[in-house]
Amino acid sequence: MTDVLHTRVGACWPGTRAVFRGHDLHDDLAGIGWMELYVFGITGRRLAPPQLRVLEGIWTLTSYPDTRLWNNRVAALAANARSASVLGLAAGIAATEAGVFGGGPGLQSIDFFLRAGVLHGQGMSAEAIVERELQTRRILGYGRPLNSTDERLPPLMRLAEREGLSQGLHYRLAFDVEQAMLRRKPFLKMNFAALTSALAADMGFTARQYQLYNILKTLAGMPPCILEAADKPEGSLMPSACDVVIYDGVGPRIWGDRLGNDGAAQG
Amino acid sequence: MNRLQTRIWHEAPEPGDPFAVRVARCHGYDVFGDMLGRCRWVELLFLLLRGEAPSREQAALLEDLAVALANPGPRDPAVHAAMASATGGATAAAALMAALAVGAGRQGGARDVFEAVTGWGQCGFDLPAWQAWARATGEQALSIWPVAEHPAGFDGQAVQTSGIVLKTLAGLCVHVPAERLRWLSAHRVALEAAAGRPLAMTGVAAAALADLGFDAEQGEMLHLLLRLPGAAAHALEQRALGYKRFPFPAVQLDDDPARAVVAS
Repeated sequence: MTDVLHTRVGACWPGTRAVFRGHDLHDDLAGIGWMELYVFGITGRRLAPPQLRVLEGIWTLTSYPDTRLWNNRVAALAANARSASVLGLAAGIAATEAGVFGGGPGLQSIDFFLRAGVLHGQGMSAEAIVERELQTRRILGYGRPLNSTDERLPPLMRLAEREGLSQGLHYRLAFDVEQAMLRRKPFLKMNFAALTSALAADMGFTARQYQLYNILKTLAGMPPCILEAADKPEGSLMPSACDVVIYDGVGPRIWGDRLGNDGAAQG
Repeated sequence: MNRLQTRIWHEAPEPGDPFAVRVARCHGYDVFGDMLGRCRWVELLFLLLRGEAPSREQAALLEDLAVALANPGPRDPAVHAAMASATGGATAAAALMAALAVGAGRQGGARDVFEAVTGWGQCGFDLPAWQAWARATGEQALSIWPVAEHPAGFDGQAVQTSGIVLKTLAGLCVHVPAERLRWLSAHRVALEAAAGRPLAMTGVAAAALADLGFDAEQGEMLHLLLRLPGAAAHALEQRALGYKRFPFPAVQLDDDPARAVVAS
């Protein structure tokens, strides 16, 4: 195992001090807010207060304490099975890096906007960008699995306008892309992933930086689910009786019959 | 859709309690009334994922693969993570979650196996196809996984093929279903030249898993699962030894505002 760890991001000397990206955490960064620290840790940049308020608002607007949601359900099941609550929380965060919601679409969406922003800056219209993109891949951030209308967008738009962040290149492009998408399929309305990733692109996030910011946007919804599930009788969260499960596999068979005379498996 | 659907498992309830299981069948076989006592663990693993019982030869290959993968050793990053979690006194689950998180990756981990099993589907026994596949490393579309820094199944860091990798390859090649493993063994040098890297244990595992008929997702899952025993054992050992005996390196901070160069 290595004798010396080389690093530029920071270190702590217990009993003395701690350094966070080249700044003394308790002196240079005294009083810094948690969101600012978190984003500073990711980007190495100190973002402006309006940007930080929007970033925090993005997290606030989609932290739903609905135990049915898959990531929340993971966390709650842990609590109701009388596991340690933080194990549930950690597994819930991991489950948020999903393909149809959360981390996956967010990453694809900001990747699209970063490329689209370059093309738009070169004079390409949103229509042409969409046409070009759809020739090789899907555009994530438009359409939604459960309902095509996204209730989070109006409050997010109000927040962005209030903080003076509604005129960025990627933010405006998100709406132009929506129109291009709707011309193709009327249900492909913009969703939260598109506008949040567009805002992050305007703030200078890379895709990988956004991946680390974006994944916690549903976090605040999990503790209420965990605590309520812990209060319920153990094993009572979404219980399934045997006959509730639909089995559509093969019928009964005998283990000893599985091998033919020559020892090869049947089937 | 409020009813779970499965082709894997059927549970018949006790007459007096719809939640108490009287008989549980896995792909049709009575697990507790028929298999228990007559079924090896690897046979159940195979059955769960493939839906059919393995032949004796398939079970023997999977068992040997499971032995080879069971403990990557305490220097392995996944095991290191499990030990680091345990030495601080975190839960048993935290140790295994740490091992899974680190062991999921592209460097010696399950994502490498996923990509290598995918390679078998794309390239089969075609050496030029594998050579082209190796050249295309890193061209994947953006995903939550980092971009590959070496061809999957090959070692991103080693400068020569490990003895344990070669012994595993040779040991698994003796099994009847080991068609890909034998081809890998016969073409190893050419493949390593194409990859610019030595063969890794993930490459051997991927060939074995493909020989057993597992697809990339199943192979990824099995690789995660089969490496946990060592992580568990080393985590428990380090917890018992205590954190004062667990390595904690000195640090060299290159942008220290206090300009402390080396401290411990």
